[in-house]
Amino acid sequence: MKQVNQPISKLDGLNTTTGKPVYTDDLAVANALVVKILRSPHAYAKIKSIDTNKAEALSGVECVLTYKDVPNVRFTMAGQSYPEPSPYDRLILDQVVRYVGDEVAIVAAIDEKTALQAMKLIKVDYEILEPVLDFEHAEGHASVVHAEDNLEINFDIGMDRMNNIAASCDMGVGDVEKELAESAVVVEETYYTQAQAHAMMETYRAFTHLDHAGRLTVVSSTQIPFHVRRILSRALQIPKSNIKVVKPRIGGGFGGKQTASVEVFPAIVTLKTGKAAKLIYDRKETFSCTTSRHAMRIKVRMGADLEGNIKAIDMAALSDTGAYGEHCSTVFSVAGYKTLPLYNQAKATRYKGNVVYTNKMPAGALRGYGVTQGIFAMESAINQLAEKLQMDPAELRERNMIREGESNPILSGSKPGKPAVLASSTLDRCIARGKELIGWQEKYPRVESGGHKVRGVGMAITMQGSGIAGIDTASVVIKLNEEGFYTLLSSSTDMGTGSDTILAQMAAEVLETTIDKIIVYTADTDIIPYDTGSYASSTTYVTGNATIKAAEDMRRQIIETAATFMAVAVDEVEFNGKAVAALDGTKSMTIDQIAERLTMTMGEGKTQLIATGSFGGDTSPPPFIAGFAEVEVDKLTGKVEVIDYVAVIDCGTVINPKLARIQVEGGLVQGIGMALYEDVRYTDKGKMETNNFMQYKIPCREDISKITVAFESSYEPTGPFGAKSIGEVVINTPPPAIAHAVYNAVGVNVRSLPITPEKVLLGMINADKA
Amino acid sequence: MFTIKNYVMANTIEDAYRLLQEGKSNAILGGCAFLKLGAKRIGTAIDLSKLNLDQINETEDTIEIGAMTSFRAVETNEALNKYFNGVLPRSVASIIGIQFRSAVTVGASVYSRYGFSDFITALLVLDTEVELFKSGRIPLDQFLQDGAPRDILTKLVIKKSDIKASYQMMRNSAVDYPILNVAISKGAAGWKIAVGARPQRAALAMKAAKLLDSGEPKDADIEAAVNTAVEELTFGSNSRGSKVYREAIAKGLIARGIREVL
Amino acid sequence: MRIEVIVNNRKIEMDVENNEFLVDTLRRYGFNSVKRGCDTGNCGLCTVWVDEKPTLSCATLAVRAAGRHITTIEALQTEAKEVAEFLVAEGADQCGFCSPGFLMTVLAMKKELQNPTDEEIKHYLAGNLCRCTGYVGQLRAIKKYLGVA
Repeated sequence: MKQVNQPISKLDGLNTTTGKPVYTDDLAVANALVVKILRSPHAYAKIKSIDTNKAEALSGVECVLTYKDVPNVRFTMAGQSYPEPSPYDRLILDQVVRYVGDEVAIVAAIDEKTALQAMKLIKVDYEILEPVLDFEHAEGHASVVHAEDNLEINFDIGMDRMNNIAASCDMGVGDVEKELAESAVVVEETYYTQAQAHAMMETYRAFTHLDHAGRLTVVSSTQIPFHVRRILSRALQIPKSNIKVVKPRIGGGFGGKQTASVEVFPAIVTLKTGKAAKLIYDRKETFSCTTSRHAMRIKVRMGADLEGNIKAIDMAALSDTGAYGEHCSTVFSVAGYKTLPLYNQAKATRYKGNVVYTNKMPAGALRGYGVTQGIFAMESAINQLAEKLQMDPAELRERNMIREGESNPILSGSKPGKPAVLASSTLDRCIARGKELIGWQEKYPRVESGGHKVRGVGMAITMQGSGIAGIDTASVVIKLNEEGFYTLLSSSTDMGTGSDTILAQMAAEVLETTIDKIIVYTADTDIIPYDTGSYASSTTYVTGNATIKAAEDMRRQIIETAATFMAVAVDEVEFNGKAVAALDGTKSMTIDQIAERLTMTMGEGKTQLIATGSFGGDTSPPPFIAGFAEVEVDKLTGKVEVIDYVAVIDCGTVINPKLARIQVEGGLVQGIGMALYEDVRYTDKGKMETNNFMQYKIPCREDISKITVAFESSYEPTGPFGAKSIGEVVINTPPPAIAHAVYNAVGVNVRSLPITPEKVLLGMINADKA
Repeated sequence: MFTIKNYVMANTIEDAYRLLQEGKSNAILGGCAFLKLGAKRIGTAIDLSKLNLDQINETEDTIEIGAMTSFRAVETNEALNKYFNGVLPRSVASIIGIQFRSAVTVGASVYSRYGFSDFITALLVLDTEVELFKSGRIPLDQFLQDGAPRDILTKLVIKKSDIKASYQMMRNSAVDYPILNVAISKGAAGWKIAVGARPQRAALAMKAAKLLDSGEPKDADIEAAVNTAVEELTFGSNSRGSKVYREAIAKGLIARGIREVL
Repeated sequence: MRIEVIVNNRKIEMDVENNEFLVDTLRRYGFNSVKRGCDTGNCGLCTVWVDEKPTLSCATLAVRAAGRHITTIEALQTEAKEVAEFLVAEGADQCGFCSPGFLMTVLAMKKELQNPTDEEIKHYLAGNLCRCTGYVGQLRAIKKYLGVA
């Protein structure tokens, strides 16, 4: 392959890197109204009265909107395919405010200073209600977070609103209790994963205006242009045909921009005033008024026989969705769906529990989407089981894990009575290679490194999906331009990952050209066909498959057109990317000549070649990773340093080894951040304490030492050129692998993330006392 | 959001002082890195940038650090790296990043007496005096106790000596604020042990230091000193660490610092 | 207040509020490469040079820029492209939003440090956060750019 599996540079790399104005705020018109949001200072309150007269009277203020000014139709900001599983539980502005930071009023003014002054002039009288802050005591709490009766759900997600249960889940196979009872060894532990912030560098933002036809145009840093259009249509009660959504370059997303957290606010201002408006969230709003990862508690019970054959895995989970239910049921169920199939030899598995509403910032989609939470619990329990069995944890996994060709009833694509078959996996090779790269034989479990330092190694494995089976869909259009170069139109949303480049590589491979001949144009809901957007690890797999179909269609059209032009039968010509030639060597037309004749030459071709391809998968093939951490722990302070992290990945065919490697490195570091530093914390009044980079620490470059990445490619038969996904799976292994390495180093098992030096040191001290 | 009614670039220190006294809401501008975190309503903001206070000067027996000197300048200054085992440059090296350290000024940091300060902890184990425009020179530890309301800190004066010093701190992420910091020194006048970010501001552990003064300390002496230091100083909890944890790591860090100086 | 600033070697008169920070002024005057990533001086996205020194424009009061030389990446396109080519070749250019500030620090580092070690490079650049790449790819690229790989 000449284009696929090649380390090709990103199409936009030089321009984004050298500071060209290609992001949302760079494109907003200079006279756009500045939109600011007045927010609730209370975790739970009802607005008794709100007086905006003084604010509206201030010179330069264009509008001040309150709950009285918005449609009384509930919607969700979650970017999911319609009908969304997330409950329609919010209004643009509500009389009830459900967390500190919830929106109370929208102010639009000619500049920021005026908008901020106006906010101070709004008088709000609140009836303060008792908030639900502890998710472990939310169920059945005296306060009901969503007492309103116009909340809607599209289908049964197990909601029990009056008990603060937003959704529930119960899945599994076999008789877990029986298998546990018959197990010789049982591990039973409870694990906590924290809320994590996306912390993308470009904060949330959108710019809106009316176009020449009076339609609402939304320029947004979003992963989900088509979902934004649909969400706005419902929230604002205007037809989709009156909305256009454009996505420029995105300054990072990580799933955060899979929720339409900001678009609705400038949009309603533009509709009310007819003027251009922009809303740029500051870092504090980005931390405290959007979404985070769902914090979860997972109790694992795992049973095995003395040989290490796992009999049963039971996961009882509880998830905190905060004040609104964005992605609540799906993140929750994915924590089971994409972890339980890993251990296919288990006779019985179960994943069960509730998602609860609390009066804190809503949770939402974040890279890993529940698997990160589920894997921390499951893999930590596996490591503990290995300890109990006195067995090498790699061997315990090798004995029980799913392998290529095996079927599992929980695996994506399964139907009742017909478990899906795992079509591709090299997880066994990933583990073997990872052990070599980390030096497992020499280092497991610990090596004293002199002085007060000790080193330990640990491991974890994981899987994810590639798009959402039966739901995600993408369409791609490729047109042949008049000088023999192509335009590829897609509404997938490269958020820095390089997915535009990868699609170009695939098209170029099929069309036997080079990527400089392919213009990738994303994303505009008026011009470009539907794509669910870039999330759920879908773009390479779903949009990639659509790209191949479109490119193959284009290839066919080029051959047919040239054959007609040359008056040769279609099966007597061949196309090599540069020209179509008759097999007998008598005639030939270059792609440039074909393109010119189709477009520029008067009266001849009359037909521009436009090819389309659509794809929606029936399955979501899992990529796999074996992750290995080597840590050094300072016994005086409990400080943990990851001195090497090895990840060996099966993402099927690697479309672009260079970009894939950076995806892995970036995801691992985000996982290391979750393991060691990152923690969304609240005061006892429900105010977020960690609403800036001073208090919420993402890893800095001095925290990161060696990262070792290797690929062990399987070939996924349903994937584009055999590829599977890579975007999310990369974040999952660091928390459990690092926790395992810390345990192996100093004997402290931290089951509540993050693994702070304090937890490690006090664990050591308490163990000494005991 | 903070506000500034008037902004004045002072031409002389006398002018700056006069302006400062003119209104309660008037204030001297430091590096301004923390200004936007608060909602101060400043009447006249007084800028000392043109008063040549950003110099580090070595005299025969002192090193003088002007109030407007940045942490970055402290970090890279030759004299400060030469003396006291470079304890001052070492103390500031982990503060966020070079751009931040280029903004932060020595004067504002010391004048504000921040609890989390790395720099103050290191200064405390040297012979440091604070020079104030009106009140003159006072020892740093006294200044830390009493402060100097509505005066202008013009420079720090550190006595040159053959003091050996060590700086120890505990941060989780490398550029986070410290959970605890410790400075140790040993000179002709004896040992000094300073502990900061407890989370209260740095203080000297006098009794503990005395235990080290009789000759070459043995392991038992170090242990006694460490335990005494933790007893005589108060520790507390904040979001970065609990009192129990701080006490636990204080012992380790003090011991490590003493051994480094020995 | 009206101030005169030299931005990218051109004198510009700017109207600024007393409590305005340079990052906002520069964006207002069309220097869109300058990004704001936080409000606490932690992320380094807004790094520009003030009198040749890498400086957080979010922590610099605009009034204090009066009479100073401000340099943004718009004026250093040739030098920036040299660094960018190494980053792109390594694949270590993800969303790009942190890049202008990062490159301004890298270019300053090149002037200041001779043959730096890995640790020195990481320390010099520690104030520039990146959430996409995980840093190690950037380090590989920067070492090649500096000729110390």
